[in-house]
Amino acid sequence: MEISPFVIFFASIFTSNILLTNFLGMYSYLSISRDLKSSLGLGQAVIFVMTVTSVLNYLVYQYILVPYNLDYLRFIVFIIVIAAFVQLVEMVLERFMPNLYYTLGIFLPLITVNCAILGVALFLVIREYNLLQSLAYGAGGGIGWTLAILALAGIRQKVDETKVPKGLQGAGFAMIVTGIIALAFIGFSGILSIQ
Amino acid sequence: MAAEVIRTVSIISGIGVFLATLLTLAERYLLNYGICKITINDEKELEVKGGNHLLSSLLQNDIFIPSACGGRGSCGLCKVKVLSGGGPLLPTETPYLSREEQEGQIRLSCQVKVRGDVAIEIPEELFSIREYTTTVEKIVDLNHDTKTLFLRFKDGEELDFQAGQYVQIKAPQYGKNSEEVYRAYSIASPPSDKGVIQLIIRRVPQGICTTYIFDYLKEGDQLDLNGPYGDFFLRDSDREMICIAGGSGLAPIKAILHKMEEEGIRRKATFYFGCVEKRDLYYIDEMQAFESRIPDFRFIPALSGAREEDNWTGETGLITEVVDRYVEDGSRMEAYLCGSPGMIDACIKVLLQKGMPEDQIFFDKF
Repeated sequence: MEISPFVIFFASIFTSNILLTNFLGMYSYLSISRDLKSSLGLGQAVIFVMTVTSVLNYLVYQYILVPYNLDYLRFIVFIIVIAAFVQLVEMVLERFMPNLYYTLGIFLPLITVNCAILGVALFLVIREYNLLQSLAYGAGGGIGWTLAILALAGIRQKVDETKVPKGLQGAGFAMIVTGIIALAFIGFSGILSIQ
Repeated sequence: MAAEVIRTVSIISGIGVFLATLLTLAERYLLNYGICKITINDEKELEVKGGNHLLSSLLQNDIFIPSACGGRGSCGLCKVKVLSGGGPLLPTETPYLSREEQEGQIRLSCQVKVRGDVAIEIPEELFSIREYTTTVEKIVDLNHDTKTLFLRFKDGEELDFQAGQYVQIKAPQYGKNSEEVYRAYSIASPPSDKGVIQLIIRRVPQGICTTYIFDYLKEGDQLDLNGPYGDFFLRDSDREMICIAGGSGLAPIKAILHKMEEEGIRRKATFYFGCVEKRDLYYIDEMQAFESRIPDFRFIPALSGAREEDNWTGETGLITEVVDRYVEDGSRMEAYLCGSPGMIDACIKVLLQKGMPEDQIFFDKF
């Protein structure tokens, strides 16, 4: 039975959160989660780029790679598409939305190498999603990722005001928190699940 | 087999070519702003290529806006009133602009990009700031990490400056450094010496400009600079003066002392000079000579981390602690501070506690 795009959308936010269940996109997750404002900026950029590139990559895959039996080249093609799209977005923002450009500006280059975005593109191929499902998965994946980084940033902001044992400061503590958040999110998995 | 390779390569190349073309076109049309017009003070018009920052566009047309960091958005000096065409206020500017400034259309010119016709307002005196090519006459070592540069202006040229003001030196491309940078240095010589100026330069580890001066610049070389800049100069009043400097912050204070000596300004003045250890001190003899030549002037050097072998008998502790010990009532005094932001902020705090009015504290942070 074909899974409804709605199910995919919610599942990718909660039960199959790309960050908390697949642990993808960890680098920017750990390094930008020091304050809520930057996390939100990065999250917005991830949502936008992930949604659009999942559709773009789906189209490229279905209409160029599959007809010519080139699906084994999907890694390199997906990476090029994502990188080119990010560059284009950067230029458009600089021209028409300078304010947003400066808010998101420093995060866009980070997104080019955010493996959650490549991960989403690869998963939707493996799981044989159609266009609508891909769109839902991309958007949901981005929102889920943002939710996770916002949760961590909120906690880190509180924790920074307290005394953390030296050996746990920084990434160590963030990892433990991430693990606990992941447990909580996986608790949702009885509600709906995709793979 | 060969056909397969060719097909694969051409399809992947096709995708690459398509994306590259798209990006090139986007670059060409999205980021091309054509020739833009900058109107200054409603009278002067400049035509510049769009897409660059306001600060560098003005610099190309020989209008020098003061900037200590060289356009990186970290010093907050290059403020300019942008009447129109500046676009929205950017998050990189807000930390440097007060609420009044934001409402008064003040912007950081190193952050505003020229994307169309722009109208700005700048103080008239900025037009008098010029670029000069000087010759390095002499380089004198003051201590292990500080030097004095003697720069001679060309015949017929001179720098008209106030004691305490600064110039910006242009470090050209050299060695591994591939960009020109401007860095600000206060003038240490008396304002009556208009043909040769002295700058005190302290080595900044890995600093682009100081590395150039310490490792590349030789006596007889040419050095470009522009100026003079700054509102840190000796005010006309009878108040007792407190001067505080750390490290190479001695330079503008030295210029002020020269001026007091030459013009016979009789004011009670104390100069607190803070360093870490004895080997960091310099110009001690010169400062003590000022003590005998300027009536009512006192020089108090202080070390915050004197070593045992220094045999230091003078004041010790942070300069703020020394000032705290010496100054009792600051309400009728005036202060001139030059040093790092941390030092200056700490000194202002102490001086305010001593009752000094905030508008009588003048400072130059670097």
